[in-house]
Amino acid sequence: MSADIAVVVEHLEGVLAEVSFEMLAKGRELAAAGGGMLWAVLIGHGVTRLAGELGAADGVAVVEQEALAHYTPEAYEKAAAAALQALAPRVALVASSSMGLDQAAGLSGTLGWPLCAYCKDVALTDGALTAVSQIYGGKLLATAEVPGEHAICAMLPGAAAAAAGRKSGTPPVREIPPPALDGLRVRFKRLIQPEGGDVDITREGILVSVGRGIGSQDNIAVVKELAEALGGAVSSSRPIVDQGWLPKTRQVGKSGLSVKPKLYLAVGISGAPEHIEGMRGAELIVAINTDPGAPIFDVAHYGVVSDLFDVIPALTEKVKSRA
Amino acid sequence: MDIVVTVKMVPDLVEELEVNAEGTDLDRSVVKLRINEFDEHALEQALLLKNQHGARVTVVALDSGEVDETLFTCLAKGADRAVKVMGDFQGGVSTHTAAAVLAQVLGGIPHELILAGVQAADDRDGQLAVLLGSALRLPHVSVVTGVEPSGDKAVTVRQEYSGGVVGELEVDLPAVLGIQAAPQTPRYAPVSKVRQMMKTAKLETIEAPAVEVGAGSIVTSLARPEAAGRAEIIEGAPEEVAARLYAILADRGLLKR
Repeated sequence: MSADIAVVVEHLEGVLAEVSFEMLAKGRELAAAGGGMLWAVLIGHGVTRLAGELGAADGVAVVEQEALAHYTPEAYEKAAAAALQALAPRVALVASSSMGLDQAAGLSGTLGWPLCAYCKDVALTDGALTAVSQIYGGKLLATAEVPGEHAICAMLPGAAAAAAGRKSGTPPVREIPPPALDGLRVRFKRLIQPEGGDVDITREGILVSVGRGIGSQDNIAVVKELAEALGGAVSSSRPIVDQGWLPKTRQVGKSGLSVKPKLYLAVGISGAPEHIEGMRGAELIVAINTDPGAPIFDVAHYGVVSDLFDVIPALTEKVKSRA
Repeated sequence: MDIVVTVKMVPDLVEELEVNAEGTDLDRSVVKLRINEFDEHALEQALLLKNQHGARVTVVALDSGEVDETLFTCLAKGADRAVKVMGDFQGGVSTHTAAAVLAQVLGGIPHELILAGVQAADDRDGQLAVLLGSALRLPHVSVVTGVEPSGDKAVTVRQEYSGGVVGELEVDLPAVLGIQAAPQTPRYAPVSKVRQMMKTAKLETIEAPAVEVGAGSIVTSLARPEAAGRAEIIEGAPEEVAARLYAILADRGLLKR
């Protein structure tokens, strides 16, 4: 049984995703624990140059083909399957990202390897694999024993420190023959860049961000008043945008924007992992939520367990009066 | 076009989640289930396609919790057929198992497009749309936020990546899509209409086929995360809390003069 670890590297428009380095850091730990090699799996067209940023790996397995010039779930899954079949690693790490959703479960289905999704941590102890998955909206952690010779773990962004996985220098490159990629049923058309909104929340110093706890669209006015008094802008979690209460340009999180303001005031946001991914870099995080067990309090610096309609108007008044 | 929407009952995250005495699963005797919110978006996307281009929409769900009411609600919103798969699903099933069951069930239900919510609160072993695509050997795309027909035999879909970048893909039918969000808020079905459906409409039932699914992983512990304990909790009356927050912001120079 191989003790090698494979990290399926994610990149978009020629740029490696931060989570790729986080996975290399975790992969390095696993390789050391099992005594195997750490492979980075790089898929695309004209991407071999990216191997120069993958110095944390012992080897880079490259699948290069013209049909892989742009990400599509089908072609990339086939390419990744070919690489993982060739490498036959003990554990394959895939990002728990948009692309990773396609890839991790797709590879589990294709290869018949067990999958642990939403992993916060993965460990190998005497060859036995355990994975900790963050489920139920981040409210519970499930620790699981994973049987078999191979497994796939989908790693949540932020589960490991990227710094340990960021090393320049090109490891030996192994070219994996690409699989047959004709007759593809999913075809790339184009990439659409995010539209600029009236406000660019990634440039705002102060964000007052609303979540489901706001209850109705009319109540957003309460939060907007505070944001204006503070000289900041209103942003939100995904459900608010899905409801059509705020435009997509205001959405913070995995499928929205990543923000790093000086102040992030999370109002009625429980803190699902997808949201936390987009705001954990804020300098000061203050959370107001009625649920003392809300995961947002784990990343916040200050928390208030209270009804937002009690606290927000009081704070707005205070800020306005500059008392 | 024949569209199938898979609907899953998941624990209601608004409720307090209780773990069983063994500490390995939810306490299923007290858990309250509701429709997976992403499945509501999948249904909305299906109904939009039906309204704009004509389609027959079938919702399919494994029997668990109060799935009947959920299925009648789907009918009240505009679905044409509702199929309940009978079997031992009350204790929750892995996504691999659900995908294997549904793949067989779909053998008897016309489908050119299969829509499922992109993820669910409890899909620890992967997402249904992808695993269903694998089981049926159909193309699949996740994190979809828009679907439009592209001729008779394909659809154009929008797939969201990090940072708000969106990929536009053309996907041959039949295909399975994991819906992140429908282009509009899922419609609401008035209680009166749901009640009327309960009286007039029928749910079709199918016995779950026996499936063989490889050994998945085994949960040895289900627990609340140890509070990182980073948040300092501010207590007091609203005015006191506001005064403290104000002081914190002032200290950090966050209050412009």
